[in-house]
Amino acid sequence: MLFHAEPIEFTAQEGVGAPVWRGRAVDGEDLSRFAVSVHRHDGRLAALWGEDLRRQGGGYRLHCIFALEEGHTWVCLDLPADDPVCPDLAGIFPAANRMQRATRDMVGIAFAGGDQRPWLRHGAWPEDWYPLRHDTPAPPEGIGFANLPSDYQFVQVGGEGAHEIPVGPIHAGIIEPGHFRFTVVGERVLRLEQRLGYQHKGVEKRFIGMTLAEGSRLVGRICGDSTCAYAWAYAVAAETACAVEPSGRALGLRALMLERERIANHLGDLGALGNDAAFAFGLTQFMRLKEDWLRLNARIFGHRFMMDGIVPGGVAADIDALALAEIGAQCNVLVAEVKALRAIYDEHPGLQDRFLTTGIIDADLARELSLSGIAARATGLLLDGRAWRSDYEPPVPYAGLGVRPASDDRGDVAARVAVRFDEVFESLRLIRAIAGTLPSGPVRIDVPPTPGAEGLGVVEGWRGEVIVGLRLDGEGRIARAHPHDPSWQIWPALEHAVLKDIVPDFPLINKSFNLSYSGADL
Amino acid sequence: MIPLLKRIFRTGILTEPPVERSGEMAPIDRLHDEIIAILGRALTIREVDAGSCNGCELEIHALNNAYYNIEGRGIKFVASPRHADMLLVTGPVTKNMENALRIAYDCTPDPKLVVAVGDCGCNGGIFGDSYASCGAVDNVVAVDIRVPGCPPTPLALLHGILSAVKRA
Repeated sequence: MLFHAEPIEFTAQEGVGAPVWRGRAVDGEDLSRFAVSVHRHDGRLAALWGEDLRRQGGGYRLHCIFALEEGHTWVCLDLPADDPVCPDLAGIFPAANRMQRATRDMVGIAFAGGDQRPWLRHGAWPEDWYPLRHDTPAPPEGIGFANLPSDYQFVQVGGEGAHEIPVGPIHAGIIEPGHFRFTVVGERVLRLEQRLGYQHKGVEKRFIGMTLAEGSRLVGRICGDSTCAYAWAYAVAAETACAVEPSGRALGLRALMLERERIANHLGDLGALGNDAAFAFGLTQFMRLKEDWLRLNARIFGHRFMMDGIVPGGVAADIDALALAEIGAQCNVLVAEVKALRAIYDEHPGLQDRFLTTGIIDADLARELSLSGIAARATGLLLDGRAWRSDYEPPVPYAGLGVRPASDDRGDVAARVAVRFDEVFESLRLIRAIAGTLPSGPVRIDVPPTPGAEGLGVVEGWRGEVIVGLRLDGEGRIARAHPHDPSWQIWPALEHAVLKDIVPDFPLINKSFNLSYSGADL
Repeated sequence: MIPLLKRIFRTGILTEPPVERSGEMAPIDRLHDEIIAILGRALTIREVDAGSCNGCELEIHALNNAYYNIEGRGIKFVASPRHADMLLVTGPVTKNMENALRIAYDCTPDPKLVVAVGDCGCNGGIFGDSYASCGAVDNVVAVDIRVPGCPPTPLALLHGILSAVKRA
């Protein structure tokens, strides 16, 4: 089939995941034209990565995932082995900027035009040494490469009174590392430029040669707060590649875990948002609720964050009726608790003064930057992979649950707080609905690897859209896996969100998104 | 204001009592008593995430909740390594964080303690050593105590922190 009457022919990916269509661009111009068309129809650039296929007799391949109204299109562009150069997509989708630079650093695919600064490569390996090329020699035995300090070219802002505040990579709190370069006049932020990549630990290279089971363990440790979302997206990719469909019970249990993960993170962030506005009461209350929640996870799923609970073929373990009843009872308690706390948050003048009109991004900017998840919904966009749209059918079990996406068009910290509260209540409703209608059946089936097969999984995680692309080699082991975190797209939005505000508002704005470093640094 | 105060009153004190001598908290409480004798109730920690997936950080955060109430035990997280007695380091240490971790270590006044947190901090974990990862924390700075787990539970963390102090 065709999309937007563009000449790329698409075929649907079979399986039970979110709808995905595959197509191939004949050349760079073809790809650019399709990207322009997606942009014109308010679509998004959802992910972009590169792959070395020279050992398979090809050259290099660029993978682009575009999100359309109907679902996701997976467009490949083959590039010659001797001179892999792509057109610069960042002029069409600004979100392409960092992904292209990472693709260049990792695979050595060049982009004609745009920002040429390195992204994931700081100074720990040479510029012409590409980690994901098959013929890249091993680092020097024993000593490795010299880890050189790198001189990153931040954009300089001049003018009277303008000065820089460098922050990080180690931040003042218990959080992941990254560098923020503020240019300020007085307290007002003129510009923020992020430099990330400090969490880069070679995840994509680590995947190569792993079995499906080993890969599942790794994918659940890319971003600890989203372990269920990653494991599910990976499982969908593996299952579609190997033409296996998990049972309805397994899919229901996956959704149960994913919604529990969503609530755990929202509870933690709602508390931290209170704390960042000097309302310690909020942190104390929400963190106790989160602790109760995690303790039940540990009792029922054997792990506080449910790591390794979702596996290719289904879920690791079944849960019994008693556990389901316990989960339902805990939902009832939480509804009342969070309602009471929301009333206190809503009526607290000091808190609302900090939340309202702080860190604004509007729907136009959200579209322009290809945002997904809470960040997009808090600008009024009804983007939620779990909910029906006119031309979009959500995956099982969400198709039957009638998910109501939360939305708030104010675009500020207050909107993101409101969306999180709404999502807690909706997820509590979903958990009870899933627990009440869980079909019987096996919770795990075998996934015999199909050599050379490919698959893509898309899951609406608590932060936004988590995507995993997977290709198996001739022996059924992982040839290439690319996990994509929604933070790739949302980080640049944070650079915009702080512009009308003062430096002390930054922690609050940052927490309202709570983006992943590790998920995007890989 | 009244609903807020009512909620505080109704929630009550949740901190799991340090005097209780049974259950999984018992060995920790004994350790804690000894630590109080050594340190006079004060230990400051600078947490450094040198490459984790953020899972360990979630559990370190939990130490501050009302149940574990680590600050009530006289242990406090601080913003600067210059104010810290202990570095609590999660890993694997990425090459891109290697230098920053060394600087934080050098900035921490002697005598200092280093606790490596999580399977990745202890031995590189699932990420191991690679072109991008130095692996275990003690490949970069000297480590006093290791707290394995993926991620370690808050109780395991508390036990590890107190053991490091006792050893020192």
